[in-house]
Amino acid sequence: MTLAKLGACATALALLTAAPALAQIKIGASLAVTGPASFLGDPEAKTLRMLVDQLNASGGINGEEVELVLYDDGADPNKARTFATRLIEEDEVVAVIGGSSTGATMAMAPLFTQAEIPFISLAGAVVIIDPVQKYVFKTPHTDKMACLKIFEDITKRGMSKVGLISGTGGFGKSMREQCLAVAGEAGVEIVADETYGPGDADVTPQLTNIANTAGIETIVNPGFGQGPAVVTRNYAQLGIKLPFYQSHGVASDSFIHLAGDAAEGVRLPATPMLIPDQLADSDPQKQPVVSYIKDYKAAYGEAPSTFGGYAYDAFQMVVAAIKAKGSSDSNDIRDGIEETKNYAGVTGVYTMSPTDHLGLNLTAFRMLEIQEGGWVPVE
Amino acid sequence: MSELLQFVLSGVTVGAIYAAVALGFTLIYNASGVVNFAQGEFVVIGGMTAAALIALGVPVIIAAPLAVIAGTLVGIALYRLAIKPAGKAPLVSLVIITIGASIFLRGVMQVVFDKQIHRYEGFSGDDALRFLGATLLPQSLWIIGGSFVVFAALAWFIGHTHAGRGIRATASNRFAAVLVGINTGRAMNLSFALSAGIGALAGVLATPVTFTSYDAGVLMALKGFSATMLGGVGSPAGALVGGFAIGLIEAMTAGYISSDYKDAAAFIVILLVLFVMPQGLFGRRTTERV
Repeated sequence: MTLAKLGACATALALLTAAPALAQIKIGASLAVTGPASFLGDPEAKTLRMLVDQLNASGGINGEEVELVLYDDGADPNKARTFATRLIEEDEVVAVIGGSSTGATMAMAPLFTQAEIPFISLAGAVVIIDPVQKYVFKTPHTDKMACLKIFEDITKRGMSKVGLISGTGGFGKSMREQCLAVAGEAGVEIVADETYGPGDADVTPQLTNIANTAGIETIVNPGFGQGPAVVTRNYAQLGIKLPFYQSHGVASDSFIHLAGDAAEGVRLPATPMLIPDQLADSDPQKQPVVSYIKDYKAAYGEAPSTFGGYAYDAFQMVVAAIKAKGSSDSNDIRDGIEETKNYAGVTGVYTMSPTDHLGLNLTAFRMLEIQEGGWVPVE
Repeated sequence: MSELLQFVLSGVTVGAIYAAVALGFTLIYNASGVVNFAQGEFVVIGGMTAAALIALGVPVIIAAPLAVIAGTLVGIALYRLAIKPAGKAPLVSLVIITIGASIFLRGVMQVVFDKQIHRYEGFSGDDALRFLGATLLPQSLWIIGGSFVVFAALAWFIGHTHAGRGIRATASNRFAAVLVGINTGRAMNLSFALSAGIGALAGVLATPVTFTSYDAGVLMALKGFSATMLGGVGSPAGALVGGFAIGLIEAMTAGYISSDYKDAAAFIVILLVLFVMPQGLFGRRTTERV
């Protein structure tokens, strides 16, 4: 390399490092914007960009502008780890949101813990916050809570004998294990336990066996993507009359669209985001839910998903922590997030503590029933 | 009894889908010896195009042929732009080109269509047909019928037409085929067009049952390829039998043993068959001159 080129590089480097001096508070994110989990990461990234723009337009935090450093890890744990290192060493962010998937989250968590940077994951699994790690938080409910919410509704209806039909993908597998683990304490008995693959076109053999199980009273389908829609269609095809539960994994209008008439009467636990118009005015979540949906539609011309809501809550809690502490020091932000009390977000009402880095309880889930192609709360 | 019938009907439905996908593999293999790993993407292009057109209000009777034509055009483009320029590259290189093409096509579909899951109504509605206590979707009959029609047309084309014989001659020995006056370039082009068209047709027929999304082709191709291997690569009859056999094995295992083992059971049977008959159930025994 010639001296001139070296000189050019040095100037370029100087410019690069000088440019972000305008932004005062840097918040990092590593999300699965593309790849197999892009249905999670895409709305999450859009939500974060929208919120940062809104915040800066209204004067930032205490007069300081916020800069979002966003990487696309494609749900690949190896990439996520690389980006985590980059966020820590090069970008020097004060807090990080992300990990759309549990794999990416678990790969990044040790790095942020070591660097003492607060990290709010948007992934589902319970292992992220159990056991509690000092710098790791998360906003989505766990699949264990979804099982408990479904079982609570089942026992309320006077039933106890449950048949499980689970997808073998990551989501379905994890939720199936959680449901089996908490069935006893929830007062239900799993009398049938079947599975199906992610691309399966027909699950009538499994459903036939479940329906023929002695004493069975209801069916629960932990799963994600197209699988649950196939199961629901097959359930209607076979004319099974047992009450049918889906998981929060398919809590979106596209599930109703894919499953069609077969979805009538199906119940599932979901966030209030699916029923903004049916929330009582006194509901603390009504205002955030309605304004988030309105803003997102205005910005992107499409309705936001539950997954974008996880990013919304994570970002608002980071901002609230910085405001409350009057400091953008990483350790102060961490303390601020842990002290979050009764923050009414779009996913639920969060109250964090040193022993609870999720801060949601079962009331965050609303049990919904699909009626005439729409969502109706059952409580 | 009604249980057994339900398992059989499930197996036949799934098997027909595998068979329809498997049939698409046979032509390109017959012409070039290439196993086309982009075959699953042809299936998805058919399904996604039909879904997009139907969503725009195009009646299914017009949308379905248009989707098949779209798939065919992509097949021709794949041959003209990727396979033909590779010229006399060894077989392995051509196979790797098709892997690259499949990744490329998935990327393009994300942009042209979207990342959502799509479906449209079955051609004869979605109300299940019931008999003897078991049920079957009318769309399954369309898929089964489609597989048999494609099979019959393909068997006749390969065995009894000039162009079909040209394709076989090209596969058998391209140099000798050129010497006896066969336009091998055209035979290859034709085989890619027809294979892609068959794949797209499979997608159009199967989407009401299987749903489709830009990345659904990988699993489709895997199962279709398994069916092809079981039946014997390059044999339309083998593709048909292999597809139904795998579908039935899966359904019976899920019904009588455990749904956890249904994929494993299918692969174990394939392994056992290939141990005894490496050329597959209907494959021709070939001798390599060295």
